[in-house]
Amino acid sequence: MRFILRRIAFYAVALFIAISINFLIPRLMTGDPVQLMFARFQGRMTVEALDSLKETFGFVQGPLLEQYITYLRNLSQGNLGLSVAHFPEPVTDVLRIGLAWTLRLIGLATIISFAYGTLLGIMAAWRRGKFVDSVILPITSLLGAFPYFFLAMLVLYAFALGLGWFPLGHAANINIRQDWGSTEYVLSVIHHMMLPAFTIIATSIGGWMLGMRNNMIGVLAEDYITMAQAKGLSNRRIMFSYAARNAILPSITGFAMSLGFVLGGALLTEIVFSYPGMGYILLNAVNTRDYPVMQGTFLFITIAVLAANLLADIGYVFLDPRVRA
Amino acid sequence: MEQSQVLAPTTPAQRRASSWLRVPGWLKSILRNRKATIGLAILLFFVLVAIFAPVIAPTRDPMRMVGRPHDPPSAEHILGTTRQGQDIFTQLVHGTRVTLVVGFATGTVIILIAIVVGVTAGYLGGWVDDMMSMLMNIVLILPGLPLIIVVAGWLDRPGPLTIVLVLSAISWAWGARVLRAQTLTLRNSDFVLAARVVGEPSWRIIFSEILPNLTSLVVSSWIGAVLYVVLTEAALEFIGLGNPNIVTWGTILYWAQNNAALLTRSWWTFIPPGVCIALLGFSLTLINYGIDEITNPRLRADEGAKE
Repeated sequence: MRFILRRIAFYAVALFIAISINFLIPRLMTGDPVQLMFARFQGRMTVEALDSLKETFGFVQGPLLEQYITYLRNLSQGNLGLSVAHFPEPVTDVLRIGLAWTLRLIGLATIISFAYGTLLGIMAAWRRGKFVDSVILPITSLLGAFPYFFLAMLVLYAFALGLGWFPLGHAANINIRQDWGSTEYVLSVIHHMMLPAFTIIATSIGGWMLGMRNNMIGVLAEDYITMAQAKGLSNRRIMFSYAARNAILPSITGFAMSLGFVLGGALLTEIVFSYPGMGYILLNAVNTRDYPVMQGTFLFITIAVLAANLLADIGYVFLDPRVRA
Repeated sequence: MEQSQVLAPTTPAQRRASSWLRVPGWLKSILRNRKATIGLAILLFFVLVAIFAPVIAPTRDPMRMVGRPHDPPSAEHILGTTRQGQDIFTQLVHGTRVTLVVGFATGTVIILIAIVVGVTAGYLGGWVDDMMSMLMNIVLILPGLPLIIVVAGWLDRPGPLTIVLVLSAISWAWGARVLRAQTLTLRNSDFVLAARVVGEPSWRIIFSEILPNLTSLVVSSWIGAVLYVVLTEAALEFIGLGNPNIVTWGTILYWAQNNAALLTRSWWTFIPPGVCIALLGFSLTLINYGIDEITNPRLRADEGAKE
């Protein structure tokens, strides 16, 4: 319990820092981007709307501290301002839809990647120098150093344009009404998800595999593995219940830590595939100078990463009795 | 060389010359490792291309229009032309320079910050370590790419220098964490304790006892950082957040995407720069695997399979 409380305190500090960075970025820019930002909105919205937008970002008259407090107060009420490109839709609404798409895509791809990567890592360590270790491992590791967006372009070119097996982008066929109850819609969503998910899996699976393999190799040298073998336990049991169970702990930490990276890569995938998740929204916001949405996306993503890390920590407590003490 | 050393007493100048000619130990062990050798060879190739770019593809300006737009590869333009009629081969060769310089410069800044923070935290321990570790973990957990995109969005087309600074500021934590852990182990080793008992000052212990033992870790973290920077810089430029008027592999891809390279099926505009980025990434990864295998014999694939 103390462990979890300590972690929660850590995430609270991290969140606070992220919020502060978000507050500081526009203020650290040379020139006056704030002036620039509001100048762009002139004529596109009413004076009242502009004032409320200024207040959301804490751009009120007064010292920096006062601006900061105004900004925090708005944030604590869940107010991220209004989108400029989709005026007057609140930023939170724009992002909520994007986050749902991103979580579906990344959630699925990451779980598949982690599960298969870990499993392959176990096999590679168990049979050192055999097929999985000497052929699959190097291939997946090299894919990990492959530029995400280039791989995405290549598969798009080959499988969507060339062979025509998959759609060119978007999350679902626009001719089908969005209805999660209809099989047609769900199938279309799955069909649209396959290529982007594949690129995420292909570029991230090597990391899990290599990490698990190297942990396993360390664990396999332990005395209790020799002991288990001496007792005549089946290989399968030793491999999973004795070795993998202990070797997976660092991977769980890595899993949480890497979510930020995975998310970053997935943003690029979304951009190439025009997948309507956070990455696509973020890039559109940058291109249309929709500053409120830009700022909000960073906060949303940070909160998502921190929450995922907290979940991984809770999982860790269940897996490793040592931290429960 | 060997002979001359045996036959005649050598002057200091001769000895210096021979130690210059002799292959140093670390290079020998790298050359004995196949992965590292292949990686180094590819990297060397790109470095040579970058150095001799004006000789390989003479041009006044790689952005100049020299042919018909969207021409497929031909004898005249061996990698074809862009929508703007620029020669892709020329752009690729000149783009190597910026890409390599930005990659290695940023990677070096990142590793320097990582060494300072990691070694200080690991060596001093106590509350300094607590604070620095917390900082490292926070920087590590904050999603880097979205942050860079937001900053780039506010900056409105940042140049390479800005990208170097922003990437350095948010990417040092991983290396620092690894170096801190290793410093912690070294600090409690016998030879460091011995040096402390003798009364060596801290800075001497750090520079002559700890840092030399971190070399392989520093080199592999450095290469890892360069790889990260090359991929991230290319990604940023690809999505249009760099300066599109500076020719790099990333901006060539940006223009390809911008000109609907996929839909017009002009594969020659996006495959070559992508392959270059992938090859550079491939070579850096191979070098790192090589270093890993050389310094950590337990990871070598050819040793005893457990059955």
